[in-house]
Amino acid sequence: MTLTDNTRRVPRFRALYILEYRLRNMLKYFWAIAAISILNPLLYLVSFGIGVGTLISNHMGPHGIDGVSYLTFIAPALLASSAIQGSLEDVVFPTLEGFKWRKLFFGMNATPQTGATIASGVFLAAVVRAVFGVSIYSLILYFFGAMNSSHAYLAIPIAIFAGASFGALMLALASSVENEDIFLTMVGRFLIGPMFLFSGTFYPLSSLPSGLQFIGWISPLWHATELGRWATYGHRITGTMVMIHFLFLLIMLVLGLFFAAKQYARRLAK
Amino acid sequence: MLLSAAVAIAERRSGRLGDKYYAGRSHIVLERSLIAFKSSTWVVIVTGFVEPVLYLLSFGYGVGKFIGSIDSGTGRMVSYAAFIAPGLLATSAMNGAIYDSTWNVFFKLRESRLYHAMLATSLGPLDVALGEIAWALLRGLIYAIGFMAVVAPLGLIPSWWGILAIPAAVLIAFGFASIGMAITSYFTSFQQMSLVNIVLLPMFLFSGSFYPLTVFPGWVQGMIKALPLSQAIQLVRGLTLGAINVGLLSHVLYFLVMIACGLFITTRRLDALFMR
Amino acid sequence: MSENLIEVKGLTKKYGDFVAVNGIDFHVRKSESFGFLGPNGAGKSTTMRILAATSRRTSGQVSVLGKDPEIYGPQIRAHLGVVPQEGNLDVQLTVTENLYIYGRYFGLSSKFIRSKIDDLLEFAQLVDKRDVKVEALSGGMKRRLIIARSLVSEPDILILDEPTTGLDPQARHILWDRLFRLKEDGMTLLITTHYMDEAEQLCDRLIVMDKGSIMSEGSPADLIKKYSTKEVLEVRFGSNRNADMAPTLQNLCDRIEVLPDRILLYAEDAEAVLEDIIGAGHHPNTSLVRRSSLEDVFLRLTGRSLIE
Repeated sequence: MTLTDNTRRVPRFRALYILEYRLRNMLKYFWAIAAISILNPLLYLVSFGIGVGTLISNHMGPHGIDGVSYLTFIAPALLASSAIQGSLEDVVFPTLEGFKWRKLFFGMNATPQTGATIASGVFLAAVVRAVFGVSIYSLILYFFGAMNSSHAYLAIPIAIFAGASFGALMLALASSVENEDIFLTMVGRFLIGPMFLFSGTFYPLSSLPSGLQFIGWISPLWHATELGRWATYGHRITGTMVMIHFLFLLIMLVLGLFFAAKQYARRLAK
Repeated sequence: MLLSAAVAIAERRSGRLGDKYYAGRSHIVLERSLIAFKSSTWVVIVTGFVEPVLYLLSFGYGVGKFIGSIDSGTGRMVSYAAFIAPGLLATSAMNGAIYDSTWNVFFKLRESRLYHAMLATSLGPLDVALGEIAWALLRGLIYAIGFMAVVAPLGLIPSWWGILAIPAAVLIAFGFASIGMAITSYFTSFQQMSLVNIVLLPMFLFSGSFYPLTVFPGWVQGMIKALPLSQAIQLVRGLTLGAINVGLLSHVLYFLVMIACGLFITTRRLDALFMR
Repeated sequence: MSENLIEVKGLTKKYGDFVAVNGIDFHVRKSESFGFLGPNGAGKSTTMRILAATSRRTSGQVSVLGKDPEIYGPQIRAHLGVVPQEGNLDVQLTVTENLYIYGRYFGLSSKFIRSKIDDLLEFAQLVDKRDVKVEALSGGMKRRLIIARSLVSEPDILILDEPTTGLDPQARHILWDRLFRLKEDGMTLLITTHYMDEAEQLCDRLIVMDKGSIMSEGSPADLIKKYSTKEVLEVRFGSNRNADMAPTLQNLCDRIEVLPDRILLYAEDAEAVLEDIIGAGHHPNTSLVRRSSLEDVFLRLTGRSLIE
């Protein structure tokens, strides 16, 4: 028997092994993921950008909202929204599967993997998927003519960042779920739905009644959308606001990861 | 031999047309759903009509500001909110029915094997199909009433014909539920279920909930109009906006055919699955 | 001669090219406890499903209570209580609700079912679990509940597919006790199993099945008498030496079977055989004298073990 690996050592960067497992899992559905990554932007852009856009230009002229075409206006919002939605799925379902449906994490925990490394691995896989999805989405936006400013490429890291931040938050929330039926329904109905609809996605946040504008302020989608609009078509925001948007997403990312690691460890030890 | 009550009941239907498929007891399958509902997480079910209401508020009033009033398709100008409200009602009837007839049915078919238990008794496959769909329709009815109770006071249902939008929503749900159940009976893994979403998403986006189909070229309009969700929206919009004409009956007929096909396939498939 | 509740002639079931059941004949008498013994894939469950009117046969004749289950499906099923191999309790409901709604599926009135529930809970030893969701029950409790559920319609025949597979020894004994009571009350039982001890405990008569065919038929005692000796000596010389030892031992007994992990020596007096072996200077690592069982019958009939 030849020893090629020291089986008794605790490897460094253990999260990378979890990442590998998650990515292998995703690769099984590669074509489905790829098809959705291409179809989703096309469908939304044509339906809302062109369909609803036609109604808006009939009423407001071709550059009625924020001085650009409606498609250009909603493009950065849809981009960030797709990254957020994708990350949500990529962290919530593996977490439920790992703790509840197939209890895979408890098996992983019998190796040198810990709560923190498993959580990080799941999170990193979601980020990889976001890089893939956002890149395709941006390419399609480019062909639709919605990425024509000189620093439009910045919209790509911004959307990935938003996906990662929200993914980290959901990773923490999903790890303590006992009843996934309630959790999934409530998240969909009272978190994702309102966030998608009231974060200045389809019209400026300022045109919402002032009582509802707070939704934007606590929504990672709004912060990412403002940054994205600034990148793709030069939407005018102050430097202070850029900092605020950035810090909001950063804090969400750090807190999310911190609590996710803690909650994973606690659940595994239960 | 002394006959048990169960045997006497089964013998009563013996020899009737289709007695192998239908025992006349679909209401018992519905009763089972009601018992399960009592102990289920009813918050999840009761808040089911929140989504279309949120869409209505965000699009009807938010986007609506930048659109003003539009031609409803009958030459009359209506507010954007009044234009999309029927589309949202039809869409939510579809979504609810599809959800119930895909995820819930798949679970009972492949995971908990509840239908196996039902069909080991003297029930037939049509009892199971009708009973399960009846539960989906009951929920659909409650959501439709809930949605109408929100939008009517907002003045978005200008015609009294609009009341008929509620039974129309149930009819639409019936059509989608029976087709959904038929399709689910062919699925063998959860992954295949995402195919349903791939079909539903474009239908949701392009069937004319958010804008009149006239924004598209003529040949595209023709294709979209044949889709079930577009048929549903045309029916409900005609009713809520009071644009009543004989054409609405063609949409009703469309759904009646859909229901018949769905039930036929579902019954045949359940029979084939359990009588292997 | 009591009446035959079930009569089967030339029953064949094919799935495509695969022959699951290959032209079998048997009959089941009223109040009899009838077993199907065989390994997984022998065709037992398929046969059961055809009898239970939940599967169509390819050819042959089947009569259950004088009727063809293929034509009178719902009517036949109203006579039967079915305990499937894979649990299919209603996981969204409680214990009592499961019993109640199952009775309703037969069209029974609420009043009738409610009058039976206490007795059924008592029978299943689940009285203190009556309002518990079935998800929270142990494997043995679930199996007992499924049996109680199958009795709600007062069936004439109870069909049990592998009733104790997957249960721990204690849960199995509780279940056997329950089934024994039903047998004493005159219930006709049909049981598939790949456990010899189960077949010996519960069945008056059984058929041994392998690869879709019936290998033999009779009472457990008859089968043992016919195909085996009174006793068996099991000896182990270590995995590497068993095969080498066999020729030496062959003449000491009526029949010999060499398995990978042990040698079986069939004889009327196994103790004497062991003495002969030791007397000849051989020293097995372990030895065991036991009575013949249906396992030995199966080995004799097919040359294979039941559980592989």
